[in-house]
Amino acid sequence: MEQDTIAAISTPIGEGAIAIVRLSGEEALAISNQLFVGKDLTQVDSHTIHYGKMADPSSGEMIEEVMVTVMRAPKTFTKEDVVEINCHGGLASVNRLLEHVLSQGARLAEPGEFTKRAFLNGRIDLSQAEAVMDLIRAKTDKAMNVALKQLDGKLSKLVQDLRQKLIETVAHVEVNIDYPEYDDVEEMSHQMLRERTDEVYQEVERLLSMAKQGKILREGISTAIIGRPNVGKSSLLNAFVQETKAIVTDIPGTTRDIIEEYVNVRGVPLRLVDTAGIRETEDIVERIGVERSHKALKESDLILLVLNYGEPLSEEDRNLFKAAAGLEYIVIVNKTDLEPQLDIEEVQRLAGGQRVITTALIEDKGMDALEAAIADTFFAGELDTGDLTYVSNVRHIQLLRQTLLALDDAREAMEAGMPIDLVQIDVTRAWELLGEIVGDTVQESLIDQLFSQFCLGK
Amino acid sequence: MSTYEAGQYDVIVIGAGHAGAEAAHAAAKRGAKTLILTLNLDLIAFMPCNPSIGGPAKGIVVREIDALGGLMGKVIDKTYIQMRMLNTGKGPAVRALRAQADKPLYIQEMKRLLEEEPNLTLRQGMVEELIVKDGKVQGVITETKGIYRAPAVIITTGTFMRGRVLIGDVAYESGPNNQRPTIKLAENLEELGFEIVRFKTGTPPRVNNRTIDYDKTEIQPGDEHPQHFSYETTEEIVDQIPCWLTYTNAETHQLINDNLKLSAMYSGAVRGRGPRYCPSVEDKIVRFHDKSRHQVFLEPEGRNTEEVYVQGLSTSLPEYIQREILKTIPGLENADIMRAGYAIEYDAVVPTQLWPTLEVKAIDGLFTAGQINGTSGYEEAAAQGLMAGINAAAKILDQEKCILDRSQAYIGVLIDDLVTKGTNEPYRLLTSRAEYRLLLRHDNADLRLTEIGHRLGLISDERFARFEEKKRLIAEEKERLSTVRLKPTEQLQQLMEDVGGTRLKDGILAYDLMKRPEVTYAVMEQVAPAEKELADDVKEQVEIQIKYEGYISKSNQQVERMKKMENKLIPDHINYDDISGIATEAREKLKEVRPLSVGQASRISGVNPADVSILLVYIEQGNVAKVSNE
Repeated sequence: MEQDTIAAISTPIGEGAIAIVRLSGEEALAISNQLFVGKDLTQVDSHTIHYGKMADPSSGEMIEEVMVTVMRAPKTFTKEDVVEINCHGGLASVNRLLEHVLSQGARLAEPGEFTKRAFLNGRIDLSQAEAVMDLIRAKTDKAMNVALKQLDGKLSKLVQDLRQKLIETVAHVEVNIDYPEYDDVEEMSHQMLRERTDEVYQEVERLLSMAKQGKILREGISTAIIGRPNVGKSSLLNAFVQETKAIVTDIPGTTRDIIEEYVNVRGVPLRLVDTAGIRETEDIVERIGVERSHKALKESDLILLVLNYGEPLSEEDRNLFKAAAGLEYIVIVNKTDLEPQLDIEEVQRLAGGQRVITTALIEDKGMDALEAAIADTFFAGELDTGDLTYVSNVRHIQLLRQTLLALDDAREAMEAGMPIDLVQIDVTRAWELLGEIVGDTVQESLIDQLFSQFCLGK
Repeated sequence: MSTYEAGQYDVIVIGAGHAGAEAAHAAAKRGAKTLILTLNLDLIAFMPCNPSIGGPAKGIVVREIDALGGLMGKVIDKTYIQMRMLNTGKGPAVRALRAQADKPLYIQEMKRLLEEEPNLTLRQGMVEELIVKDGKVQGVITETKGIYRAPAVIITTGTFMRGRVLIGDVAYESGPNNQRPTIKLAENLEELGFEIVRFKTGTPPRVNNRTIDYDKTEIQPGDEHPQHFSYETTEEIVDQIPCWLTYTNAETHQLINDNLKLSAMYSGAVRGRGPRYCPSVEDKIVRFHDKSRHQVFLEPEGRNTEEVYVQGLSTSLPEYIQREILKTIPGLENADIMRAGYAIEYDAVVPTQLWPTLEVKAIDGLFTAGQINGTSGYEEAAAQGLMAGINAAAKILDQEKCILDRSQAYIGVLIDDLVTKGTNEPYRLLTSRAEYRLLLRHDNADLRLTEIGHRLGLISDERFARFEEKKRLIAEEKERLSTVRLKPTEQLQQLMEDVGGTRLKDGILAYDLMKRPEVTYAVMEQVAPAEKELADDVKEQVEIQIKYEGYISKSNQQVERMKKMENKLIPDHINYDDISGIATEAREKLKEVRPLSVGQASRISGVNPADVSILLVYIEQGNVAKVSNE
């Protein structure tokens, strides 16, 4: 049957304190073992669980604290070797883990593929056939929908542009091959090919580096809620959590000492930094000190500055404005249910061009406006997270990685002096991989390109 | 007038163009008693369009035909007036031979080879009707009322089916070159339920050699040392004839633009779909109006004729405009048109109605091959003819049938594309259609296919023995080079510098040294010569196989992955309506194409990965009995 090893996150994303990355296939143990710091997983008994850490084998950098369950074929769900890696349930951590598993040689499972394998390997009763097929159908459709949703217009356009660059190059080479006497187009040289592929390479690399830095949906927009005590910071947090129902989990990070909340506001993921601090003491500034809070502010992509409508503007409030100066922030004037004491005009003036939203969180008022403002800030591209904030899907990241590998192969081949038409095989591969991101790999489009770009006769 | 019994055969081939000739020859060679019926015995394997064979992808197809025991390579090798290897500056995968043919000689030579075939009967006659009973073909009836009976019939009628020639506002029913069109058979096919499409192609005018001023053109000579298509060819033709190159210009373009409405193509008279890769000159000027000139190649039609083919000026403009156009082109100012250019419309069969053997799904024993299947080009036609002939004989004589896959041959790519995806314009092979083109090279066609040709009875034992010897020598030489360790002597370092490479850091295996781009086999011969000098084709193979090993093995891995799905066969009696979960569009497509394997199913447009998964599950779970092999 299928020989390759597949992997996927097998727990519903964002719904538990623990997430599981599951691997199935001949290499499942070897791949896990590459990353595992602890016992030699290839030597342990079947159906045992092991505590340890996952680390990047090239850098030695710690990824995650995990429990690994080893189950050898055939007594497993798929009747193949299966490894389940339990990690903390945050989207960021489990995604990072999955990425590492994939980079060690596992392939991202297709929707329903574990079930399919279980079925094909005779693990599931024949009478369940239809259910399995329905499952595959449903999962595929759902995955496609999700993928399409995650495929933001910007990323889609960017990928399409890159593909266009590649296909023009490929078509150029093809014309040289299929119409060698066609004199209208110069012979593609190694240098030309190198220049054109380098452009694409750099773009893809940029996309990926953004992904790595976490300046992406996957990790969320680092957001700090600041304000004096008792202005309603925790109400704001709770409002986010309740409104969006999308809180992922607390991540007591193994390598970080701060605590994050991850919420999704109208498709914009916010990583709320130090929110635990808000919860506990209601006073982040006091608790961690001025210096620390300034540092936290500078590292944030977005600041939510909360003021109390029922109190006049204080020196402390003005200092917060100073601290946020030059950063992206939204001013939230809370507690509009109280008697007005705040000088709104001064607030407007201090805020400069930044948005000012009024809320009465205690009465559930104003969240809509705030969420709209956040979404607007984000999608209007005003937020300084680069314009590549959208590569969130692990599959997309994986495809981008493979694209880079294909382009690497092309570079290597060029350096080795391979003929253009061989190098072009790698370039075409890169084009196809990018096509998988936007759901278009039809070979026919290359031929269309050929005939629309060039006037061909002989 | 009543019919008469004219004879009993195993296989009847209708038409003797490039497809028909190969089909009849292959079937006869495999032992089938074969009849070929054609409109005109003087025009066997006639080239109604350009006088050339081969070129990128197509040239490789000719090599494949030859490796499988077909005729095209042998015939062109005997009758070319010019031979060129194209893409010599590129990698081995895209090199391709192209020959300029002597049209009349080509016909003679092909006819001679067919006449030599003991199992083959040639007869002139127009087939008007197929005899079909209970879904099985039983023979044909000709215009002159002869009934020829056979359990297998191959239709290779090219562009003759309801052919219609258009020149300006002149239009008449005709096959190419003013031959009679095939009308009744076309009607018969429609009655039999065939889905038909209307395609279009065209040719340029031919002019008299004596009226061309070649001083105003550029010469395009053949190769000094011509290579050949056939692995059996031993003699080269020494006195090659050049082609010539000239260009259209602003005046030409203005003239065409001014008269566009007179073109049959642009007046709405042509309904058929034409090919994009072979545009009429009208198309070129309309679609690429910013181009200041287009190439025009002048190609002699043979040694003993003054006719010259004006490649690049394919047109359906009125004859008098064609004359005006020529006047604007350097070298052709006084050119005398011997035949005017024309567009031709014809019926083609939608090829998804065929199995990959080219047998018609709906009618047992009936095959179609060549341009009737919606392709264009002599080579594509010949390739299909060969495969149809092989498989028709297989069917009747209960022999091994032959379906080539996409990793084995361009022929496999061609037929798989046709029967799996269909085509909405005349289909031409391009190197970009092949996923594994590094494996489908000009140089290794014999290594890919000779064994199959021999097994099918189309390659002689003597040739096969020669082939085996070549294979042995290649393997031995590769083995030898992988055992020779070279020391970085000053002499070797010097040589490396001389050939434009870098100095060696350390000792190296000869095999590994050969992977450097600058180290050809000729260089290797200086460094580590073989005990006995090897033949050129062996040297070439050794060099290519070693130098491109990395890419070749990458391609092979891809092929392995493809094969997994290719080897999952779909039972013939599968009922797609029984499979829940398959999307409606995919279900319709699967019912139409009826793919033989899951791999083929996955290439149908409209069948997405989820449908393939579901199909796989359905088959594997045993809802339909598994098939090992048909």
